Amino acid sequence: MATEAIAGPQDYLRDQIRWRWGEILFWFATLLPFVLAPSYLVLASQIAITALFALSLDLILGFCGIVSLGHAAYFGLGSYTAGLLSKWGWGEPLSGLLIAALAAGLFGYLTSFIVARFRHLALIMITLGLGLLLQEAANSASWLTGGSDGLQGIHTWPLLARFKFDLYGYTAYSYALAVLFVVFLGARRLIHSPFGLALRGIRENGQRMPAIGAPTHSHIRTIYTIAAAVAGLAGALLAQTTETVSLEALGFQRSADVLVMLILGGTGRLYGGLIGAAVYMIARDQFSGLNPQYWYFWIGLLLIAVVTLLPNGILGGLSLLTRRRKAAP
Amino acid sequence: MPPVFGVFFDGIAYGMLLFLLSVGLSVTLGMMNFVNLAHCSFAMLGGYVTVTLMNAAGWPFLATLPVAFVAGAAASVLLERILFRRFYQASDLEQCLLTIGIVFVSIAGAAYIYGTDQQPLQLPSYLRGSLTFMGLNFAVYRLFLIAIALLITIVLVTGLEATRFGAQVRAAVNNQRMARGLGINVEALFATTFALGSGLAGLGGALAVAMVGLDPSFAFVYLIYVLIVVSVGGLGSIAGSFAAAMLLGVSDIAGKYYVPAIGSVLIYLVMIVLLMWRPAGLFGRR
Repeated sequence: MATEAIAGPQDYLRDQIRWRWGEILFWFATLLPFVLAPSYLVLASQIAITALFALSLDLILGFCGIVSLGHAAYFGLGSYTAGLLSKWGWGEPLSGLLIAALAAGLFGYLTSFIVARFRHLALIMITLGLGLLLQEAANSASWLTGGSDGLQGIHTWPLLARFKFDLYGYTAYSYALAVLFVVFLGARRLIHSPFGLALRGIRENGQRMPAIGAPTHSHIRTIYTIAAAVAGLAGALLAQTTETVSLEALGFQRSADVLVMLILGGTGRLYGGLIGAAVYMIARDQFSGLNPQYWYFWIGLLLIAVVTLLPNGILGGLSLLTRRRKAAP
Repeated sequence: MPPVFGVFFDGIAYGMLLFLLSVGLSVTLGMMNFVNLAHCSFAMLGGYVTVTLMNAAGWPFLATLPVAFVAGAAASVLLERILFRRFYQASDLEQCLLTIGIVFVSIAGAAYIYGTDQQPLQLPSYLRGSLTFMGLNFAVYRLFLIAIALLITIVLVTGLEATRFGAQVRAAVNNQRMARGLGINVEALFATTFALGSGLAGLGGALAVAMVGLDPSFAFVYLIYVLIVVSVGGLGSIAGSFAAAMLLGVSDIAGKYYVPAIGSVLIYLVMIVLLMWRPAGLFGRR
């Protein structure tokens, strides 16, 4: 990063926000499933949703250093909000999405007052506890959520009153991808703003930031609320495209999975969550097709291999390789 | 309403189990900051060793316990030599990814060999049933569990307080760099402590089978409880782990007896409140 001579902070930020060829290629590549693998569009939509979820975790973990093992709480809250809205007779997807994001963001804002006060292991365990509490609450409120049977009777209206959600996932993938792209643009702008820079300062040294006059706690609260709202969006997308919500949307497994995906892809890089989600979910799909019962084994080996061979995740390893190649000749 | 004493007794027994499962992780985390999420995989290994030796080879239950300890310790030494030692300098997140990968592999491995069913275990007759003492009922196995855990606690605490090895461990937990400066070989020390801790986990896993059952999800389910005990107790503190395990064991059992509606969340509530009160844990220094 600091290799080129940089005149001032404005120039630095402007340089960061420039679109690179790799990025443009990446987003064109996300359109490939429509042409190359139309039978995998349902999986592709799941990947886009999970990538959005991973992106929201990256906002707090990768850029602010807040490790959360309970991030599925906001995902699940968004899922249940969208699902319940539709069950009660309002199945319009876009407004449902917004309301779900608002609900998750509100809960994120409330919990951010707790989260901002802690670091390290205590923080991880408190987020884990909050997630488990919410899951138990959803489980016992079965009159509302359907309990362990899941929420039934969701019907999502056609998107923009025109595009029906079909069985093959055309609409689902287009919808999820569009939301992912829009949120990604927002996140990209946010991260390359002075605010994003302040967040990275908090990640690098949480004690020194207040000393230079940065309101650490309020920054953490802001980004945590934003990340919670984005997680809620992802959850709502899942509810709307699959027309079902189960307790797993809130579960520890989902929190742990998304953390693994993000680290796998590389934290603190906007594309880390997207790549990690894609690699993890495609690998899971292939391994479980290969060997339905023991796919965990291969996923585990994959994780061990990535950590051993590519430090800082897939993207971290790749950027290390390219830097070495540039340095070599 | 069940008698208060019975609930308390069950909670203590459960807490002892949690203590055995988590004490090793607490010490190794405190010493090297190595996040070993695979700790419960060693416990699961101990459980399966005991079940296999008893059911397939006809060993007596008590004789399998040392083997479970050795199995947990040996597996951890092997992994430490091959994999873990390269990651002491890596970030927490990479350590998480590595060890969660090992958890996945161990779960799939256990499911492949033993299937996903609960493993049957027939306790010997002298550990079944219950004793009546002063009008109160005590399940023999729980008494046995408490006795073993207390014995181990005494051995651990005296070992840590009175031996040269213990002094070195305390020094390394307190200030790793200073301990290095004084010529303590922290790597070798850590490897030994790690093996001991994983061995205790293996023993805990073997003892857990008769109380909470054993299936491949053990490595994941009990990971949460172990992390709770470690974080509430404070890193690197045996006394802290002990206190936290007792507190959480009793509150979990009491919650499930008295307020079944929210019983399963009581342990999480207790954890959140305790951590908000003392973020470094009950006996933690940092």
